[in-house]
Amino acid sequence: MNELSASSRITYRAVMVRPGAARRIRGLSDRTLAWLFITPTIVLLLAINIFPLLWTIYLSFTNYRANRANVPTIWLGADWYQSILTDPDIWAAMQVTAHFVIWTVVIETVLGFGLAYLIDKKFRGHGMWTTIILLPMMLSPAVVGNFWTFLYQPQIGLFNYVIAFFTGREASSFQMLGDVTLSPWAIVIVDAWMWTPYVMLICLAGLRSIPDYLYEAAEVDRASKWRQFWSITLPMALPFIMLAVLFRGIENFKMFDMVNLLTGGGPGSTTEVASITLKRAAFESWRTGYSSAFAIILFVTVFGLANIYVKALNKVKSR
Amino acid sequence: MISATTAHSVVEPSITTRRFAGSLVVLYAVITMIPLVWIVLTAFKSPDDAISYPPKVMFKPSLEGFCNLFTTRSRQTPEFIRSLGPPQGLCDSIARSRNMVVAGPSNYVPRFINSLIIAFGSTVLAVALGTLSAYGFSRFRVPLKDDLLFFILSTRMMPPIAVAIPIYLMYRTIGLSDTRLGMILLYTSVNVSLAVWLLKGFIDEIPREYEEAAMIDGYTRFQAFVKVVLPQATTGIAATAIFCLIFAWNEYAFAVLLTSGNAQTAPPFIPIIIGEGGQDWPAVAAGTTLFLVPIVVFTVLLRKHLLRGITFGAVRK
Repeated sequence: MNELSASSRITYRAVMVRPGAARRIRGLSDRTLAWLFITPTIVLLLAINIFPLLWTIYLSFTNYRANRANVPTIWLGADWYQSILTDPDIWAAMQVTAHFVIWTVVIETVLGFGLAYLIDKKFRGHGMWTTIILLPMMLSPAVVGNFWTFLYQPQIGLFNYVIAFFTGREASSFQMLGDVTLSPWAIVIVDAWMWTPYVMLICLAGLRSIPDYLYEAAEVDRASKWRQFWSITLPMALPFIMLAVLFRGIENFKMFDMVNLLTGGGPGSTTEVASITLKRAAFESWRTGYSSAFAIILFVTVFGLANIYVKALNKVKSR
Repeated sequence: MISATTAHSVVEPSITTRRFAGSLVVLYAVITMIPLVWIVLTAFKSPDDAISYPPKVMFKPSLEGFCNLFTTRSRQTPEFIRSLGPPQGLCDSIARSRNMVVAGPSNYVPRFINSLIIAFGSTVLAVALGTLSAYGFSRFRVPLKDDLLFFILSTRMMPPIAVAIPIYLMYRTIGLSDTRLGMILLYTSVNVSLAVWLLKGFIDEIPREYEEAAMIDGYTRFQAFVKVVLPQATTGIAATAIFCLIFAWNEYAFAVLLTSGNAQTAPPFIPIIIGEGGQDWPAVAAGTTLFLVPIVVFTVLLRKHLLRGITFGAVRK
């Protein structure tokens, strides 16, 4: 109350002393204030996101190399785009990325939804166990990914030991990170371990949003539990599941840190997801123009796919 | 809440169902915790215990990992070590038992401090900018509002490496490469989109009538914002801040590409802790453990707002 009267006194005095000034303060119209509040954010994003993006677009049409800044820049037109879209290595990287994205999303959705469904049964202590399950997704993917290389060690790693214990194979007979058939799954396992809780949390919100009366009505109609699941639970939770899939899809399409530390793209290029190809081109062979063009292609792909998907999501939501 | 008291409501799962569901979830939780528990255990193992086969669950705890994390050591002849005085401190005596002497502090502490400065700096900036814009978007009629909001969100869709190329060139030109300020600005720009979206949701929930009442009492719009809206939004601001903090704390891609010595944070540093003959796993585990502890604390603090944070405010419970 005190504060309130104090500040009204200030305004009051302003009105008394200089009506013009007071009008200017009061007259800081909502519109001016709106722009004052919003502009700093927009300026920052223009400077650190949009300007670099435009620069990338420009570079993608040139022969510029960041490690040879003195070589005169030549305009190449769409040459890089053409060579990227016909480059078998790029298509290999896109296939690796697709394998990674599809399998992680499928596994995380099935496991995550299953867990959410179980947690929604509200057993004793479900709050505490939910928090424990959520922990992996909050941790640094880089630092945790690095530690998984230790768990995956063929001779001394815990993962190999556990698999050997249950299957009876020699722990040193398989290398999760060194084998061309196993390594794409090694990165899927770590990602699923980290991000299943994420899908679980969103699905849980979906399940909790289903009103009880739907189930009560279904019980009155003697619908089986199986039937209730397929005609109430799943359709009602679907928008949430789709949202989780969207977020995971975008994130994993961009995946860099965890894979870079686990395998670095190897062995060979079996786990070389798009971001790692991009990093190799940009910061190891310094083909700045080429990698800029690839970056633009990736961005357009994510953006386009996300837009199509959001349209589908909205259709499901409005149903 | 009525359903909680009527145990025999049709929608309430039976005791058997609950026990079954509970045991499956607990099983999952235990399995998922094993890698984390293993990190902490490894941090307290001696190098020999860490790489023994079969993996040791019971072992004699040792602080060698932490010593190796915080110091650099050099190998010396036994004669030279005997010629020195008594060992100074625990780490020195551990090092001497391995025919080494402590040569100096390692880079872990400076990297950790960089992480702290960059994470807190960018969080404060992102939350400040985010609060202002969120209020602007929540309360005022802004032309092209939806487009601007979508624009802010879309900056999150670019792969970090794609942005890193021109940022690297830009920072090199204006002298911001490998500086804390450069990293703070970069992380702020990444976090501000999250901050705007989350805080807009929180501010939307504060009734406009509060400010209108204050403005009738003679507050200007700005005073109403500071004295009425901000106190109401404290919880939301705190939750948003923790999310920004976690992102900046965990970030790796920009850090590894844009920093080398001066402004390097902990995530690119921890994987390159090496001892003699490969990675020094107890030291890596010790560094990892110390690095993860703040996040575990934050996660427990945040658990009520997690859902909102990870979906950019799209799901609010």
